[in-house]
This record gives sequence, C-alpha cells and structure tokens, in this order.
Amino acid sequence: MNASIREVRTSATGPVLSVRDLHTWFELRQWGFLRVGSVRAVDGVNFDLKAGEAVAFVGESGCGKSSLARTLLGLHQPTRGEVIFEGRSLGTLNAAERKAYLARVGYVQQDPYGALPPFMDVRRILHEPLIVHGVRSRAERDKRARAALEEVRLSPPEDFLSKFPHMLSGGQQQRVVIARALILRPAMIIADEPVSMLDASVRVEILQLLRSIQTDHGLTLAFITHDLSTVRHFAERIFVMYAGRIVEQAEVNELLNHPQHPYTQALLAAISDPDADNAHQQREVPPGEPPSLLKPPAGCRFHPRCNRMIAGTCDREYPPDLEPRSGHGTACWLYR
Amino acid sequence: MAGEPLLRVEDLKLHYRSGRGVVRALDGVSFDVRRNEALVVLGESGCGKSTLAKALMRLLPRNIAHFSGRMLVDGVETMGHSEERFRREVRWVRISLVMQAAMNALNPVVRVGQQVAEPLRVHRGWSNRRALDRAAEVFALVGVSADFLQRYPFELSGGMRQRVVLAMALVTEPDLVIMDEPTSALDVLTQASIMNALKRIKQELGTSFILITHDVSTSSELAERVALMYAGQLVELADAKDFFREPAHPYSKLLMASVPRLHQEEKPVHIPGQPPNLLDPPEGCRFAERCPSRFGRCDRDPETFRIGERRTVRCWLHAEGTRT
Repeated sequence: MNASIREVRTSATGPVLSVRDLHTWFELRQWGFLRVGSVRAVDGVNFDLKAGEAVAFVGESGCGKSSLARTLLGLHQPTRGEVIFEGRSLGTLNAAERKAYLARVGYVQQDPYGALPPFMDVRRILHEPLIVHGVRSRAERDKRARAALEEVRLSPPEDFLSKFPHMLSGGQQQRVVIARALILRPAMIIADEPVSMLDASVRVEILQLLRSIQTDHGLTLAFITHDLSTVRHFAERIFVMYAGRIVEQAEVNELLNHPQHPYTQALLAAISDPDADNAHQQREVPPGEPPSLLKPPAGCRFHPRCNRMIAGTCDREYPPDLEPRSGHGTACWLYR
Repeated sequence: MAGEPLLRVEDLKLHYRSGRGVVRALDGVSFDVRRNEALVVLGESGCGKSTLAKALMRLLPRNIAHFSGRMLVDGVETMGHSEERFRREVRWVRISLVMQAAMNALNPVVRVGQQVAEPLRVHRGWSNRRALDRAAEVFALVGVSADFLQRYPFELSGGMRQRVVLAMALVTEPDLVIMDEPTSALDVLTQASIMNALKRIKQELGTSFILITHDVSTSSELAERVALMYAGQLVELADAKDFFREPAHPYSKLLMASVPRLHQEEKPVHIPGQPPNLLDPPEGCRFAERCPSRFGRCDRDPETFRIGERRTVRCWLHAEGTRT
C-alpha cells in the first residue's frame, strides 16, 4: 500500500505540487468556546511547482508563509481549497496513503535545536523515521544513516552518530535536521527559514548544501524565507507573500530587477548592501505595519500602506492575478 | 579633531571563570568613540561582542576571573569608580544600553509608558507626571504614538516594542547609546524604519552610538566607524567607508565577501572552519587556522599596527604600519 503513491511518477511536464485556492484559517475563541473570528493565515493561494525546481516564498513574519508550509506538510487541515501532490489531492488520502505522502516530503525546521529531541543521539534521530516507515533491518537503517550524514558533509559519520544535539554546533545541528529530512529519499523538501537561527558565516554554507543536494537528486525545494538578499543564489523562482496571499511571482532575476507590486518594490528598497553612504540617507519605508489577519482590509491588503493606491478600486476589490510582463505575475490594480 | 573623545577604551579585558577554566571573552580591546559618532562592532556569535557591551556598562556577572583596562568618559577614568558612583554618574546618565532581545524583557504587567519613565524617577527623582510627559516626547522621537504610553507590552508588535526599549535608553538623554543586536529579530521593513529613526535621532540630538551586530548590511545603515572582533580581540578598526570598500584584515576580507548582496551575480563565499575555543586560545594569531594568507610569523601573536589616520589592524601582513 505504501507502494501505491511511491510508484506514481509525474510526467516530465506536469507539476509535482499544485495548490488551488488554499485557505488555512485558525478559529479564535475567547475563554475556550466563544468564537470571535478567524485568523486568515493563508487566504486564497494558488501555485504549481515543477519537479526538480527550487522556489522561495518570501514575506515578513505573519504573512502566512509558515502556515502555508505546515499546510503543505499536512500539519494543518486546510479550511478550503486543495493541495495536489503527484496528481492526488491530499484531502482524499487515507491514513496509509498519508503516511506514504509524508515520506515523500521532507521538512527542515527553522530552529534546529528545537527540532531535534534532546534525549536522542544522532543515530536514534536518523533511525526514527526509518522505523516509523517500516525499515526493519538495523543494518540497513545504519547504512542509510551513515549515507545521510555523508550527504550533509558530517564526516566521518562515526564521529557524529553517538552525539547528542547539545554537543553539536548550530550549523551541525541543522545538518542533522537536513539529514533526517533526506533519509526517506523524499521527492520534495520544504525548508522553513532554514538558516535564520544560524550565525551569518554558517548561513551561506547551509544554503549551498541544501541547493547542491537539491540539484544532485533532482528534488523539488520549497524554501521559506524573509531574506531576499540570499534568494538569488538558492532559488529559481520567487513568490512574494503579503497578509496571507501571494502578491507577486516570477523568476528570480526578473523579480529582483523588475519588481512590479508596490510591496515588493518597498521590500527591495529596504534592503541594504554594505555601503558607507547608507548612513547618510533615509530609506523609503511604507508607513504602518502589516494588517491584522483577523480583519484584513477590504480590497488589496496592501492599500492602506501603498503610495500608489487608486481610490475607489484598491480599497474596494481584491486585484485579480495579472501578468504585466511575460511569466511575471502580480495581483495589483496598477497593471489592469 | 581636538579634544578628548567621548569614550576611550584601552586594553579592556574581561575573563570569566567557568567549570572548565577561564574563558577569555574580552582580551585586550581598545577603541574610542567621538561625540555624535556611530561605531559598529561586528563579529560572529561568541566573539565577545555582547561581553563588550556588558563590560562598558559594568553589568558584570558574578563569575569574573579578571576585569581590567581603562575606560575614559570625557577624559575621566571610570574604572576606579565604586559601583554606586558608576551608577550615579555613568550608567544610564552618560551611557545607556539596549540589550539583546530587550524587547522581550519588558515587564508584561506594567504599562510601557511607566517603564520608559522609570529611569527618570530613579535617576533624577522626577515626579511621575513629569516623567511621563518626557516619556511621551521620547515616544514621538522614536516613532511611537503617545496613546501607546498606556498600553501593555503584549498589545504592541515586535517593532513597536523595540522602539519602546530604545525610548527607555534615550529618555535620560545619554551621550552614548549602546545597542546589542537591536534589529536582528525584526522584519526588513521594520528594521529599515527603526534604522531611519536612529539616523534622525543621531542628527537631531547629537547622540553617539555603539551598534553591536553580526549583520554587516544593516550595520552600514548607521556606521561611520567599524570595529571587527574575532575571538575576544579587535582585529580591525576603521572608518566605515574604508572598511566596506577595502577591508584590510584577512578576516575582514572574508567577512565582506560572505555578505549576500541583492545585486550581485557571484555567490557569497563562506569562511571555512570555526573560531577557536576561548578557554584556550592559540598563542599566535587567533585567526591563523582559518586564514588563507597565513605565513611563518602568524605563530606569534600579532601586534596592532596603525595603517591610516584612524585605522588599525591586528595582523602581521600590515607590519609596515606603525606600531600602536
């Protein structure tokens, strides 16, 4: 039964993952029972990922990017819409198929120390998913644990197998998390801010590792981040999220060189490259803060902060997905 | 420029006792900060930069093995001050501190206005009314609306709480504000807007800043001077324009090459290896093990050489400079 999903191979052209009209809302209750509304963390998201591509979801905290990741992983039940993986909708899977799906999707968490059980040594941490997914032979599990450690450049593996998480540096911990995500030989990896807790000098190293594993194995990599300055080197396509929606999407260079949505433009303008002149000029920053997801503003969610807002349009109706440049989509009334 | 700098630090050392021996967290650091100048202290985690902030404020833990050096504020040596005198004359009067993650350390059951007003009541004995009026002024300065005085920390976003903590540091009108990683936990736009506020404050009030961070790009938003730390020592001290354009120390060069830039095709590099253990740092140059340009002399601890008017490098490659 595990085999049923594993053997469905995607055709070369079809998407490996399709997300249609996805909504993940969290009900908010007072005193445990009074409903006071819903937090619309993911609120109508659509996209397709091709097999073997690396994409990045970029946005500020609270824009719904982590909720999106967790919904893709089946950790949150979508309120509406569907996630279609290798041709099958997640909602229609039975328990055994779900388990098989989880073996096909690896998860790299943000905080490596929090993601590794402190009472397990690395060997046990890496064996755990294999045990859960029915690899009975201890020798086989050991072989795969060693191979996974080699893959994340923790070598020789013997030095690491009997270590506990607190004995490793942050970068090494994150490598163990990546090894664990790889050990079931997934088709896709979802990495939620994989380097934001790490030291700057280690970040690039971990990102390059993820990227090289992704290209070696032809994995699909969905990379969630708030850091636009590293995206260019580690992803091919970018989705920009704001307040639960995707507001812009394009190939990396196209998006960085020709940002269309005013929010993306503001984000890019706020990023500094190290330059002594920065200290002598004020940066342009849109006023205010991202809206409450409990009661998002009517119309475009960015309109209260936008300096190009069209009164009567932007504050009334959510903009449709438009394509101002070829292959470059944005949800903004300016391009109607 | 004539006159004494606002702050002069000479050969500052702070060693901790630990279960496994003495940790040389700060091992001979010297620099100065002029009035209305912003110094950025860069370094990886564990290089001693947070210890530097604590040493300057003399907020010392109990397990001190060794604390020495000179610290002059406006030419007055303060190392000899008693704790009481330091508290009365320096801490939060001349120099204040925004600690790392301070925005999460606000008292959850006290309105933020009261928390910002507290230093005035304690240090100046002001009435509550007067202190709150002043707090409202400082709130305006850092970009928080005055209605927020009555709010509790949980009612504010991360960016707003960070501004409140900044207001707390500015409320006594100190000459120097030390900030330890003030924006690293915040989003890009919030970060940019807080840096804008700091630039404005610096211009309007003439405050000096020491900004401690690992984030080179964001630090450039304020930096006029840069101090780079490695393993408890200062390896380079320079004007920001020189440091960002032409770093001199091999570690500075690697660090600058490791910074991801938005409009750059080449991939950022990473610095192989790890910093040395401060329990038992190597005898020679502490960066030698990771250094691509190491040579024979690096087995001996390098001296600090002066290679420009206000520029020093702790590296044998620059031995043609004058010794300091």
